[in-house]
Amino acid sequence: MLRLPVFSYLRPGSPVEATQMLADHGGRAKLVAGGTDLLPKMKRRQLAPEVLVAIGHLDALRQLEVSPSGAATLGAGTTLSQALRHPALREQQPGYLEAVRVVSTPALRNAGTVGGNLCVDTRCNYYDMTEEWRSAIGFCRKAGGEVCRVAASSPRCWAVSSSDTAPMAIALGATALLAGPDGMREVPVASLYADDGAAYLALAATEVLTALRLPASEGWRSAYQKLRRRASMDFPVASAAVALHLDGPVVDGCRIVLGAVASHPLEVPSAADLLVGGELDDDAIDRAATEAARLAKPLDNTDLSFPWRKRMVKVIVERAVRQAAGRA
Amino acid sequence: MSAGPEAWAGRRLGAGPGGDDEPGAAFRVVGKALPRVDGVQKVTGATIYADDIELPGMLACVLLRSPHPHARIRSVDATAARSLPGVTAVLTSEDLPIRFGPLPISQDEEVLASAKVRYVGDPVAAVAARDEPTARAACKLIEVDYEVLATVGSIEEALEVPVDEPIHGDTEIGNIHRFVALEFGDVDEGFALADHVREDVLFYEGSNHLAMEEHSATAVFAGDQLTLWSSTQAPHNVHRVLSKVLELPMGHVRVVATPHGGGFGGKVDPFAHEVAVAKLAMVTGRPVKCTLTREEVFYNHRGRHPVLMWVRTGATRDGKITAMHFRTALDGGAYASLGVATTHYTGALQTATYAIPAYRFEGARVFTNKATCGPKRGHGVPQPRFGLEIHLDKLADDLAIDPVVLRQQNFVKPYTRTVNGLRITSSGLEEVTEKVVAASAFRRRPRPVGHGQGFAVSAYLCGAGFPMYLNRMPHSEVNLKVDRGGVTVFCGATDIGQGSDTVLATLVAEELGLARGDVRVVTADTGLTPVDLGSYSSRVTFMAGNAAIDAARKMRAILVDAVASRGGQPGAAVRVGDGGIGEVSFEEAVALAEEARGTISTSGSYAPPKGISGRFRGSGVGPSPAFTFTAAVVDLDADPLTGEVRVNKVFVAHDIGRILNPVLVRGQVDGSVYMALGEALMEEQSYRKGLHHHPSVLEYKTPLALDMPAIETILVETIDPEGPYGAKEVGQGPMLPVVPAVVSAIHDALGVWIDEVPVTPDKVLRALDQRAKGGEGRVGPRRFPDIPYPPCTKVSPDAATASL
Repeated sequence: MLRLPVFSYLRPGSPVEATQMLADHGGRAKLVAGGTDLLPKMKRRQLAPEVLVAIGHLDALRQLEVSPSGAATLGAGTTLSQALRHPALREQQPGYLEAVRVVSTPALRNAGTVGGNLCVDTRCNYYDMTEEWRSAIGFCRKAGGEVCRVAASSPRCWAVSSSDTAPMAIALGATALLAGPDGMREVPVASLYADDGAAYLALAATEVLTALRLPASEGWRSAYQKLRRRASMDFPVASAAVALHLDGPVVDGCRIVLGAVASHPLEVPSAADLLVGGELDDDAIDRAATEAARLAKPLDNTDLSFPWRKRMVKVIVERAVRQAAGRA
Repeated sequence: MSAGPEAWAGRRLGAGPGGDDEPGAAFRVVGKALPRVDGVQKVTGATIYADDIELPGMLACVLLRSPHPHARIRSVDATAARSLPGVTAVLTSEDLPIRFGPLPISQDEEVLASAKVRYVGDPVAAVAARDEPTARAACKLIEVDYEVLATVGSIEEALEVPVDEPIHGDTEIGNIHRFVALEFGDVDEGFALADHVREDVLFYEGSNHLAMEEHSATAVFAGDQLTLWSSTQAPHNVHRVLSKVLELPMGHVRVVATPHGGGFGGKVDPFAHEVAVAKLAMVTGRPVKCTLTREEVFYNHRGRHPVLMWVRTGATRDGKITAMHFRTALDGGAYASLGVATTHYTGALQTATYAIPAYRFEGARVFTNKATCGPKRGHGVPQPRFGLEIHLDKLADDLAIDPVVLRQQNFVKPYTRTVNGLRITSSGLEEVTEKVVAASAFRRRPRPVGHGQGFAVSAYLCGAGFPMYLNRMPHSEVNLKVDRGGVTVFCGATDIGQGSDTVLATLVAEELGLARGDVRVVTADTGLTPVDLGSYSSRVTFMAGNAAIDAARKMRAILVDAVASRGGQPGAAVRVGDGGIGEVSFEEAVALAEEARGTISTSGSYAPPKGISGRFRGSGVGPSPAFTFTAAVVDLDADPLTGEVRVNKVFVAHDIGRILNPVLVRGQVDGSVYMALGEALMEEQSYRKGLHHHPSVLEYKTPLALDMPAIETILVETIDPEGPYGAKEVGQGPMLPVVPAVVSAIHDALGVWIDEVPVTPDKVLRALDQRAKGGEGRVGPRRFPDIPYPPCTKVSPDAATASL
């Protein structure tokens, strides 16, 4: 069977101590909370950190607060199932939970965390395989090799951003709280990501994501559409998160963020802008969805065919816009 | 050619306990919804599977496997690996020079490759070390010098002249492994009689069994006796291969099949790791275990053959089939496995559902540099059944005949001979069709765009009529030990999850008038249990079941006789049941019999009757002592914008013969539907340049429990004259019609034909695009390649039925 490599397991008492441990071990340490993403990758030797710094047990990362206005703070160590069960969150943040609900299976949502899904590793058919398989085809840029197997002439890695909650959090205008050696900072969720499949997180190596902050809805309505082979568990092969604000029949705010068609959650403002200032008629929605699909550049490195995925972006954006508009 | 059941029966065992042939025979255990005998252990984690075996001093074995799809081996140097601390032994090809394979005509596998490797995963060396990480580290130290050869990656490439060299040295034409070419009746005349002739080309992708349990084997060699515990479906096959390759007498080898986490055909072949651990145990004197990773299971494979098909059918205006010509091309992968049988099976059972008066079949299996294909649930039958049923849907369309009616007009009648010599006995084909059509309201289905239903039928074997190696011995044997210590059934049959242990306990309990829990079952241990050929071809309930009834009925007679003798009454007056024999308890009856006769073991056996096949070369594949018949309707929604398909409900009506245990029967139907939906909509054992695309359970897509639709199972009892109490198989048959019914339902929903499985969303959209542009609205193979089939052997009707 596939076995974990040998590693040291550290259990800090606080997020600050966790950042210190990361600093102490340089690039040889990884954070682990639910472990649903990291541990299988370690078994396949995609990653072989010498040190795991556990943060899932930290009370400071497990708070879940919803203000009377509807703004919510979710500790990064909150499990996805805990978020789904939280009554006030269900009432105030249905859009976010719509994305949480389609992450993997019930069993993995019981272990996987809010922070873990935001930071989930990028995925690629040439990367998410065992060491033996990767050695047979040749190692790729993301793990020990020199070239990108899906785009051999490219100077970068094209692994795919595969978070369901990240596109939604960005569409909702959420922010992330980060603890680092120099204290805390709060940044828009979008700025957690870099457009590089290998170095996909824009965090400093010593920073710990401690919480996700979702703003009060204030009339914004949202929807998430996800494509995958199996409705029971798979990562997205294309997804669309849409947040809309209406003034009567007129759209006065819109954010559209695509998932799983780039190495980072892909916000498509030029598509959203085609809706803002007008009514949500079929033509407008069609134009916006067409623009979103134009901007999506999926490659042949996930399940299902990439031309299909590109084409489907139009369908899912259209559906998400209509769905969001139909919500109170 | 119809005759009554009497004219056809082989050895009749009677439809009820004790040979009681009354139609209303009263059963005490049979037919009851009892849990499986091993159920509680399995769901509580108490079952000891192969990989749970831990023995003192045990070594871990890891196989070094080829990273190349096709290469010559210039040299193998294991010096560094041997000197790694913790490594006890390293084997290479010189240590195991004798070739093996599951069929006598296909002995083409080496335990460890000597001169060349033929697929990614071909074993090259075997390491035994103190633990798995050490063995893996040692594998990395073995230096293999490869000369890489051109990869043969598809049926089309295999039909071309080899670039470097053929994959195997002994093929007559390039990479073609095997041809079959048979003609029954006058096919040209049949086509001449047709008012309409239709041709179709279809493709069925390969798939892995995906049993939850990866293969595992542990060997011990002590006192000149080798013992191997393995998650095998056929310990008898492994026994024979170990004896051959290790040059040990059969009597010095014991193979125990451990409780299974699923087989589905993936554990029928004997495997390199089983021989390697045995040899390593002999070399080191220590117990040795090898458990495959999931990736290795994908490389071991022996799964569904990808099959390209061409079918041509002639029919009269009113839908009577006059002739059929069926061609198949099978992508066999690197080695033979059971592929010769598979090739025959792609042509054997078309005639079991439809009375085809003239039938020509040409099949070819090719070698490619991919994991070896072999038997998977339905063994060679799901692919042509898919092709045939879709083809008949289109034929019905051409003739403007209802697809159900077209089929019904051509149904094979019970107690007849097919044109290719198959003996058909009990058949519920008419009834399963009527029932599934009624239950699903197929004829009254609503037909908005995006919603559809599809219908198909099928037939399957209750055990292969002939063994894998030619012999006249029984196919299944049972010993029954009854004494003051209790009742124990010994049988070589292997419970791979299908419930055969439960079936054996049920049948013996029924015959002896006991509760099922009073019967202990010891199975699948070649050192303790008499031979059973293995759990394949849906043979176990029928064959081991009959052997068990045979043994139990002899025991029943002994006990009845002992009780009758003591009371001075005729045996016929002694009633058996409810834990008693006549006036005395079962235990007292046993004591009386032991007093009178000493040890009272009995034995039973089963061999299929003669005369169930024709007499021609190739007639050994297809015949069976009985056939089951299944009809299915699939109800689904298909999204015209995304091409995604959601199956709402699957209706299955199955001719089970007799229900021995409804829980087990329904479980097999559920599992069959599950597997069929995976093959119809998701599963692809596909490759990129000879490397498996996704040898992982996350990336290789198969439905999960949460993806399963509702299933309505309708069971039809036909009480087969030769089955155990009339029972027939259910492990494989119910899968067959579901795949074509899915594709037919997609056509019903969207008006497009996807002539290849799996049906993926992009294929559906491509077909819709094509139709929108005025095209035919079809995705599938464009043409069937030119294959140099040899001239057909023309089998006359006399030869087809010669052995009658």
